[in-house]
Amino acid sequence: MEQFGIVEGIAAPMPAANVDTDVIMPKQFLKGIDRSGLGDGTFHGLRFGPNGEERAEFVLNRPEWRTASFLVVGPNFGCGSSREHAVWGLRQLGIRALLGTSFAGIFFDNCARNGLLALTLDHDAVRSLTDLASDPATAKLTVDLPRQSITAVNGKRFAFDIEPARKEALELGLDGVATTLRFRDDILAFERDYLEQSPWLM
Amino acid sequence: MRGTTLYDKLVDSHTVRSLSEDGRQLLLYVDRTVLNEYTSPQAFTGLRQAARPVWRPQAALGTVDHVNPTASRRTTAMPDPGAARQTEYFAENCAHFGIELFDVMHKLQGIEHVVMPELGLVLPGTVIAAGDSHTTTYGAFGALGFGIGTSDIEHYLATQTLIYKRLKPMRVSVDGDLAAGVTAKDLVMALIRMIGADGATGYALEFAGSTIAQLSIEGRMTICNMAVECGARGALIAPDETVLEYLASRPRAPKGGLWSRAVDSWQSLRSDPDAVFGREVAMAAALIEPMVTWGTSPDQAAPINDLVPDPGQESDQGRRRDMERALSYMGLTPGTRLTDITIQRAFIGSCTNARIEDLRSAAAVARGRRVAAGVRAMVVPGSSSVRRQAEAEGLDRVFLDAGFEWRQPGCSMCLAMNDDVLHPGERCASSTNRNFEGRQGAAGRTHLMSPAMVAAAAINGHLTDPRSRAGV
Repeated sequence: MEQFGIVEGIAAPMPAANVDTDVIMPKQFLKGIDRSGLGDGTFHGLRFGPNGEERAEFVLNRPEWRTASFLVVGPNFGCGSSREHAVWGLRQLGIRALLGTSFAGIFFDNCARNGLLALTLDHDAVRSLTDLASDPATAKLTVDLPRQSITAVNGKRFAFDIEPARKEALELGLDGVATTLRFRDDILAFERDYLEQSPWLM
Repeated sequence: MRGTTLYDKLVDSHTVRSLSEDGRQLLLYVDRTVLNEYTSPQAFTGLRQAARPVWRPQAALGTVDHVNPTASRRTTAMPDPGAARQTEYFAENCAHFGIELFDVMHKLQGIEHVVMPELGLVLPGTVIAAGDSHTTTYGAFGALGFGIGTSDIEHYLATQTLIYKRLKPMRVSVDGDLAAGVTAKDLVMALIRMIGADGATGYALEFAGSTIAQLSIEGRMTICNMAVECGARGALIAPDETVLEYLASRPRAPKGGLWSRAVDSWQSLRSDPDAVFGREVAMAAALIEPMVTWGTSPDQAAPINDLVPDPGQESDQGRRRDMERALSYMGLTPGTRLTDITIQRAFIGSCTNARIEDLRSAAAVARGRRVAAGVRAMVVPGSSSVRRQAEAEGLDRVFLDAGFEWRQPGCSMCLAMNDDVLHPGERCASSTNRNFEGRQGAAGRTHLMSPAMVAAAAINGHLTDPRSRAGV
């Protein structure tokens, strides 16, 4: 998993509520057996018209935000299907962090497993960040995970909270399975007792 | 010390160790999973690349459900090359790692969340995580079920655990009797409308009250299934006699002495009387009406006799914009009677509403009548067992005589990963769980409702109150 330290980039505003994972990664891109080729699928129905032509009005098609690294999103972003393809696709499109007031639970975990920093901020901060992102002159942000802050070009700073374990995993780019297997003996001991007490689960 | 909620009891009994100082982040032991062909491939590849075995292969079951065709004659053919590759790789992986598989020709194949309960694999007090958001269904049995992504499927398969953040408990109390023609589907749709599509984000729900106690297992599964549509990542109902009765005859449920021991241990699976919930919501069953969605989020719903709402009446600017966008996508005009909305497609299926009770309620509406001209109506049973049961009861004849297609099991047009798809602009009455843009096909328009309402809409050619003369 790619490490996340200090990342500087353009933020794009995407204020709609309840942007679901069907919209982030439509079904026709779910037929693979690997993680590749999903960048084209990301927001496909919003980015492209029925004949494959770009929709000029969609924010990520506009020249100012075409290379966005961050999305300032509306509430409940990533709701719906558990498909991790949505997160793989966002990463392949070059998105490194999502800034919003709330994220759907499965999507939030999927972000953490793939080096995509999903940050939950208060309404005022997200409103300010949406305003900054909406103006190309102020859309450039620096997201500093070690210091837990977001800085705009006008000097405005936003602090954020993040659970220490998630922060560490993102900073170090840890492999979750390898990390957990350090507790192999704990799992074995737990499992032995648990199955002894509930033998109908054997 | 104050009492403990059922949710916290389940998390406590499955905590291997804490992973944070406040104890909210923890290593959670997971009893069981069910795998499908589309969210599992990359997880298996990860195991292969790291040369890791599956920790407990007997605690996993594979079933093909998302990409397979549902044509009435079942064959092994997967016309779509991607689907063919996924099902082949799935079979290879299940064989390689020693996991039982129900492929499309298997007599027990079906939608994962229909198959697991009917086999008796969902037991009270267990934790079941699976690569599908509707795993919340299992709360109907007092099991903590929740959806996970592919990375977490790999983590589960390799370690039998997940890195888990404890949720806040929230109780939804529903009391009184549901009116005739009002179902569990309407109850959960009314809840989602009331608290919003993110109303339970960060929470695990517990459903309680006299209405819930009177519901069948099928009805409880419908409610827990759709709890994820208001953001809940877990939805529980304390197990009672209804659960025991359902499980006692299931082929994979414990038998004999083990059954008695299990039943004894399940007695403690309820929230203590003095347990405190992070949030409490109450609903009066008698006030719930048959519900239908008009927009593109499950909370954009209304009682069937309402009008399409007017965004101009919405004071919140963000919500107004979302409503305008939804109505434009849905091709609807504010002020239109919902019962005047005409449809071209009708779909009865999905892990929300394709169990035997659902098919019976739809067949009761369809019996002796005909699908309206210009409407294509499909019935896709939730599993091969449900299909056989329905045929034994003659429901297939009822549907076929009325002009419905009687198809083979699968997720089908709930998410349209196979060839069951809405064409652009087509409007569908659907017994499924999501009315998202493009969910049932690019530019397709979905109205969610109960299976009986789908049948009534199919017959009348427009959305219909199932309590009206036209509905019954």
